Amino acid sequence: MMITNGIKRGVSLYSFQEEFFLRKMTLEDCIAAAATLGALGIESIAEQMMPGFPNLSDAFYDRWHGWMAKYGTTPTCHDLFLDTKMYKGRLMTDAEMLASVVRDLKHANRLGCTVIRVIVNTPPHIMELAAPYAEQYNVRLGLEIHAPFNFDHEWIQRHLETYARVGSPYLGIIPDMGIFEKRFPRVRADRYVRQGAHPHIVQYISDVHAQHAGTEGLVEAIKAMGANELDLAMAGDIAHMTYVEPRRLLEFAPLIFHIHGKFYEMLEDCTEYSIPYHEIVPVLRECGFNGFISSEYEGNRHIQDVFEVDSVEQVRRHQRMLARLLGEA
Amino acid sequence: MFDRYIICEHDFRNVVSAGEVVGFQLRTRLPYYRGLGLSMVEDIAILIDGQPIPREALSLTVHGNTYALSEMETEYVDRWEFGEEAVLIARFPGGLAAGLHKVDLTHTLRISYLPFLSIGSDTKVLALAD
Repeated sequence: MMITNGIKRGVSLYSFQEEFFLRKMTLEDCIAAAATLGALGIESIAEQMMPGFPNLSDAFYDRWHGWMAKYGTTPTCHDLFLDTKMYKGRLMTDAEMLASVVRDLKHANRLGCTVIRVIVNTPPHIMELAAPYAEQYNVRLGLEIHAPFNFDHEWIQRHLETYARVGSPYLGIIPDMGIFEKRFPRVRADRYVRQGAHPHIVQYISDVHAQHAGTEGLVEAIKAMGANELDLAMAGDIAHMTYVEPRRLLEFAPLIFHIHGKFYEMLEDCTEYSIPYHEIVPVLRECGFNGFISSEYEGNRHIQDVFEVDSVEQVRRHQRMLARLLGEA
Repeated sequence: MFDRYIICEHDFRNVVSAGEVVGFQLRTRLPYYRGLGLSMVEDIAILIDGQPIPREALSLTVHGNTYALSEMETEYVDRWEFGEEAVLIARFPGGLAAGLHKVDLTHTLRISYLPFLSIGSDTKVLALAD
């Protein structure tokens, strides 16, 4: 019997986007690959891998449940988007936004998911309006906490205040592990160099990021070093990255529904180059978290210009790391 | 992201209608990690050998459904799916000459959670199919 302290391993099919995009893997292939890697919780993005969404047939949902039975997998989370800018020249009304969220609740319920990843642009008052529907469909709504936002951002604070006031067990959060970006991702730095950034300036910016002391004076400093447009773009990136002290998760423990195990580059020794999972996972255990960590590979976009992407191998290494950190035999 | 996959290399050819060459077509994919409702494709811009094709001369076919770019603006149901090869058709009387052509293609997308327009571009030299 596996001892996992209640935390379970899963994968977001987002991880396999490169292979799906290029039609090298089908939705069923992605689920089968996850099962092979021991990632038995399946998080899905309907708008990515379920063409025709939101108008999916009964036959589709039957196939989905057939796959879950066949591969021994469990639906965990559905990733919701809110297209507030669907109409040119105006934003969605509250009624339209609520209808869109309810549409996704119904879909998640039909998939058998118990959690929805709510995209960060969803306003707090829409979460409040959606809470009774979340209860009706028995799917919890978790706002994604994703860089450049972190727990202290005013927008996130408004959400947290709303959840506290409403008091619904159906409103919470899904932290993305990209908020713990301790080092600048190497795959991203290397790409800047390939595109024409100066290697010594890329190194300088990476060093500044690793100090987590802000970016004040950075642009002036690299301009003095002869920065070009790409160097400046990289400097702009780190202003949008976050490094949060992992122990801060403890403050939000009761609200954590699910975890996005974001990663950019798993090394051969099964550690992540930029995100300190060995510091994070023990804190999640301390939180008493007993949901799923979904491996979420996002390195493909940084290497696809010159390298063949092997998402399955990257997820395999991430799963091996999680199993080790969770104390599985 | 996915920029290098925007222009597909196969099936770049002239379009013939009622025995006349009325334009050309190429296959293209969305530079984004999910599909998108057509109304959120803010613009598609193409240069052929450096020459811009007017927006009014362009239409896009997704899974058999064809829309002028102006019609896409108010299409709230149909979507351009993730990784889907759509067919971009340019009205271009007489079509393109045989041989190689440089194609610059830029897709501008309204992504609701981004405070700016998302722009993806690709440039390829393609051989016109017979």
